[in-house]
Amino acid sequence: MLELKALSRYFGGVRALDGLDLTVNEGEIVGLIGPNGSGKSTTVNLIAGLLPLTAGEIVFRKQPLRDVPVHRRLQLGIARTFQNIRLFGQLSVWQNLWVAQNSPEDRSRRGFFSRWLGGQTRGREEIAQLLEFSALGHKQNELAANLSFGEQRRLELARALAARPKLLLLDEPAAGMNAEEIGQLRQRIVDLRAKGITIVLIEHVMELVMGVADRIAVLNFGQKIAEGTPAQVQSDPAVKKAYLGGS
Amino acid sequence: MDFYFGLAQTVGIHTLLGLSAYIVLLTGQVSLAQAAFFAIGAYSAGMLTVLAGWHVVPALGVGSMLGAVTACAVGFPALRVKGLMLVVATLAFGEGVRLFFFNFDYQVAKGGIRVGPLGGEGFRQIRFFQEHGWTTGEVMLFIWVFVIAVMALLWWFDRSRYGAVLRSVGEDEVAAQSVGINLTAVKLSAMTVGGAIAGAGGGLYAHYTTHIEHANFNVLLATFAIAYPIVGGLRTVFGTLAAVIFVQAFLVEGLRFLGDWRNLLFGALIILAMNLRPHGLFGRHGA
Repeated sequence: MLELKALSRYFGGVRALDGLDLTVNEGEIVGLIGPNGSGKSTTVNLIAGLLPLTAGEIVFRKQPLRDVPVHRRLQLGIARTFQNIRLFGQLSVWQNLWVAQNSPEDRSRRGFFSRWLGGQTRGREEIAQLLEFSALGHKQNELAANLSFGEQRRLELARALAARPKLLLLDEPAAGMNAEEIGQLRQRIVDLRAKGITIVLIEHVMELVMGVADRIAVLNFGQKIAEGTPAQVQSDPAVKKAYLGGS
Repeated sequence: MDFYFGLAQTVGIHTLLGLSAYIVLLTGQVSLAQAAFFAIGAYSAGMLTVLAGWHVVPALGVGSMLGAVTACAVGFPALRVKGLMLVVATLAFGEGVRLFFFNFDYQVAKGGIRVGPLGGEGFRQIRFFQEHGWTTGEVMLFIWVFVIAVMALLWWFDRSRYGAVLRSVGEDEVAAQSVGINLTAVKLSAMTVGGAIAGAGGGLYAHYTTHIEHANFNVLLATFAIAYPIVGGLRTVFGTLAAVIFVQAFLVEGLRFLGDWRNLLFGALIILAMNLRPHGLFGRHGA
C-alpha cells in the first residue's frame, strides 16, 4: 500500500533521515520506533507532505507522492495525528470534526452549496459515530481548547478519521497518557485495523507498540537498523544497544 | 436630525469597510489592501453614474465585482507570503492603487462642465442622489440595506461549514491542510468576498460624499479597516459594528467638544479598550 524508497531528508548538514526503505502492506499495523531524533517524526512529515523530500520516493497505492500537495494527500486517503496536539482550539469539538470531512466521498456526494454552505446537518451521522467511538459525545459543543489532555488526543484521532482514511499515521498518540488511557487507545487502534485501516504507529510506549504492531522498524540516526516482528526486534542486539537498552 | 443621519451613513460605510477585513482576518491574514478595493469600487461606481449615466444600483454591482476581481488577482500571488510579508505586500499594492488614482485623468464634457476623475484634484460632482432628489434619510436607509445584507451574509457564513473552515485556517494552517483543506482556495475565497464587500462600500462612499480623491484611500483608511474587526473581536460580525460605533460615533463625534485634546484621548481610549477587552469589545473572555 505504501512504499518508501531510499527516503532521505537533510536539514543542512544534518541527515534527519538517510535512505529509509519501508513497505507497509494493506491492513497492517507497522510500528516505527527509535530514540529521539532518529527520524520518526520526519518520516511522518514526509509521508504527509509537510516537508519536501531531499531524495528518494514515496509511492502510495501505486501513485508517486512527490508533487502531491498536503491537502490532496488526505483526499488520497492518508490522514495523520500530530506529536504535539494541533486542534482548532476556538472551534467546538463538533466543528473540529465537521471541517475535517474532506474525503473524496464527501466531496462527490455533496454539491458545492451543501458541502460548504449547508447548515449543521451534513455528515451529522458520521460525526455522531466518531464522537461515540472517541467517547466525546457529551463534549460535542465544548471548545476544543477547553478539553483535557486525554480528550484532546481522542479528538485529534477522531478528526483524522473524519476523512475516512485508508492509511493512518499516528505520531506518538500515547505521549502523556496514563495506563488506563493507553489501554483504551490500544483497543481503538485494534478496532481501526478491524475496520480495514492501515496504520503506521510511531511510539515510545513499548507495551503499546509491541502489543499491537504486526511489524516494527527501528530507526537510529536516520537509518533503519532493524525490522521484523515485535519478538524479533526485541531480541535484536543492535536494537538493544541503540534503544531498548538493558539486559 | 440630518446630523444623525449623516453619522449613521458614516457608521454604515465604515462597517462595510471593517467587514471586508473581518472575513480576511478570519483566515489569519492581515490585509492592508482593503482601502484599495474600496477605492476601486468608489471610482468605478462613480464613473458609471456620472459619465455613463447608470443607475446607482448596477454601478455598485460593477464596483463590487471589480473589487472582488482585483482582490482575487492580488490575493493569488500575495497569499503565498505570510505574516509581516503579506502586510508589506498588501500595503505596497494599496499605495500603488492610490498613486494610480492620483495620476488618473478621465474627464468628459457634460452639460457645459467637465466631469470625471482629475488626478490630484479628485473626482467631484458624483451627485446621483442629489440629482434624483434622495433625502439624507433615504440615502442612509439605502446604505444600511447594504450593511444589513452583508452582515446577514457573513453571519450565515459563520454558521455554515465554510465559516468553520475559514476559522480553522486562521487557527492552524498546518493542521488545516493536514485535514484536507486547500489553504490557497480558502484564503483566496475570503479575499475575494472581502474585495466585493469593500468595492460595494467604496461605491456607496463615493455617492454619499459626492467628492473623492486619492488621499481618502490612504494607509490610514486601510488601518481603520483592520482595526475595526480587531477592536470589535472576531467572534461575530456585531463586534465590527460595535467597534465602528465606538470609534466613529463616540470617539470621533462624541469627543469633538474636546478640540485638539480629542486626538490624544482617541489613542488612549483605544488602548484602554484593548486592555479591558483584549479579545475585542465582543470577543470572548479568557482563552
